[in-house]
Amino acid sequence: MKVSGKVFKYGDNIDTDVIIPARFLTTADPELLKVHCMEDLDSNFVNEVSQGDIIVAGKNFGCGSSREHAPVAIKASGISCVIAEDFARIFYRNSINMGLPILECKEAVEGIDKGDEVEVDFEEGLIVDKTKDLVFKAKPFPPFIQKIIDAGGLVEYTKGNA
Amino acid sequence: MEMTMTQKILAYHAGLDEVHDGDLIEARLDMVLGNDVTAPPAIEILGKMGGEVFDKDKVCLVPDHFTPNKDIKSAELSKCMRCFAREKNISKYYELGDEGHGIEHVIIPDNGLVFPGDAIIGADSHTCTYGALGAFATGVGSTDLACAMASGKTWFKVPEAVKVVLTGKKNEYVTGKDIILHLIGLIGVDGALYKSIEFTGDGVHDLTMEDRLTICNMAIEAGGKNGIFPVDEVTLAFMDKVNQERFTSGEYKAFVPDDDAVYSRTVEIDLSEVPLTVALPHLPSNTKKAEDVKDMKIDQVVIGSCTNGRISDIRMAASILKGKKVNPNIRCIIIPGSRKVYKTALNEGLLNIFEEAGCVISTPTCGPCLGAHMGVLASGERCVSTTNRNFVGIMGDKDSEIILSGVPVAAASAILGRVATPKEVL
Repeated sequence: MKVSGKVFKYGDNIDTDVIIPARFLTTADPELLKVHCMEDLDSNFVNEVSQGDIIVAGKNFGCGSSREHAPVAIKASGISCVIAEDFARIFYRNSINMGLPILECKEAVEGIDKGDEVEVDFEEGLIVDKTKDLVFKAKPFPPFIQKIIDAGGLVEYTKGNA
Repeated sequence: MEMTMTQKILAYHAGLDEVHDGDLIEARLDMVLGNDVTAPPAIEILGKMGGEVFDKDKVCLVPDHFTPNKDIKSAELSKCMRCFAREKNISKYYELGDEGHGIEHVIIPDNGLVFPGDAIIGADSHTCTYGALGAFATGVGSTDLACAMASGKTWFKVPEAVKVVLTGKKNEYVTGKDIILHLIGLIGVDGALYKSIEFTGDGVHDLTMEDRLTICNMAIEAGGKNGIFPVDEVTLAFMDKVNQERFTSGEYKAFVPDDDAVYSRTVEIDLSEVPLTVALPHLPSNTKKAEDVKDMKIDQVVIGSCTNGRISDIRMAASILKGKKVNPNIRCIIIPGSRKVYKTALNEGLLNIFEEAGCVISTPTCGPCLGAHMGVLASGERCVSTTNRNFVGIMGDKDSEIILSGVPVAAASAILGRVATPKEVL
């Protein structure tokens, strides 16, 4: 599968409270959550994001709360992939469970800038910055995660193994 | 066999003789936990999987985040969880006003639900609190909770560990909060990313169970998968107090790390050198000595939360506020972490002390910690809080600020209207 879009670039330690503030957690509806995605950090995000766009950020993306609403809000807003240097562990797990593709790639984070057009090939693990004509190789999903994805997510995986 | 304490617990729960960091294992769970924010989505997912829980006595559901419900939507979330708990006859559902009710990470240890060697997951990032008792406990999302409610199992990647060697004795008014803030200041908010934080050393014996609960509570703020303390006389005495039946039966396992266990990093902390510590906006790693930032004016003080809402915290706050007045420019909000803590504070006359000092006293709730209610901040306002996160906008407006501290600094700050240390007011 390939995705492509323009890049929103953020720094280190992007926490779940700026991804989706707790004051909006009275719902788990993706359509209601997405209108507040990133609003305390980047109030233009929801107006500027298009289907397929990509978030590129620094270290420890998604730190903080266990709220699954965070990857849900990002995915519902149209983001097709988050590329970061690394991810907070609960966010990493939740993203897999929710089907939000995430990739760890320090070189891509260093090389890609806001607004660049980027294409990601998940099967090959390739990140292509079409604006700068640069290619990065991401760490692929480990096999156990691939199994969960192949099963159609954790719910389906558990159904088959309970 | 070179295993850390966490690795030994995980091996035991996976039915394996040994595990190594990076191994993927499936572990049997002793308890799974959810709250009024995270359980409703899990209940919906569980419904798609057949709807049955693996063991009605091993699922714990606690309404604490948006409770007493702040609006209609939050009331619907609580109702969803309440109806589910009744329908499934969940024995560890705690309703507001129940003797055992309160903030989840305050009541679960106090109600005797965690013992050494247990493996617990909770759909709340501060589930790591229970490592204080020598258990493995970590936070997950609602889908993981749903699957674990159905199967009683979950998968883990076996973590490496950061070893934290504690020596010496802490100074007066220094608490577990100062120690964990100091550690996060040293290693950063991703200093233990994907790893367990294993505390050891002679200094451990100088720490009360409340200190240890506070320290493990914030393991997540260093990126940690879990924090964990060895089992010692303090642990045994606590178990005897909270659940004598299970303690007497011996149904628990105190694991010790192998002598040749491998750690990715070792950090040494001399407790006698840990100062009264605060974390300035907007990261828990942005630590300073409290006495170095005394010029910072504030508008509000919050004393409570799963980090610092235990009876020892409330007693400490009362000992500093006794006979004093809260600064007229400050709203000081005291939130006992559970009904038991509230009742003890009432019986000991502590609530009177707060009342006379000009504090407001809340029923147990997570409320302000996540900017839900009971103390939300306006733009430009600054709060000294005994909670665990000071991210942008976490307690209210995105232009408000949180300074994290332990209870003694928070109570002294309420009196002086700025960041303050206890010796300035006593």
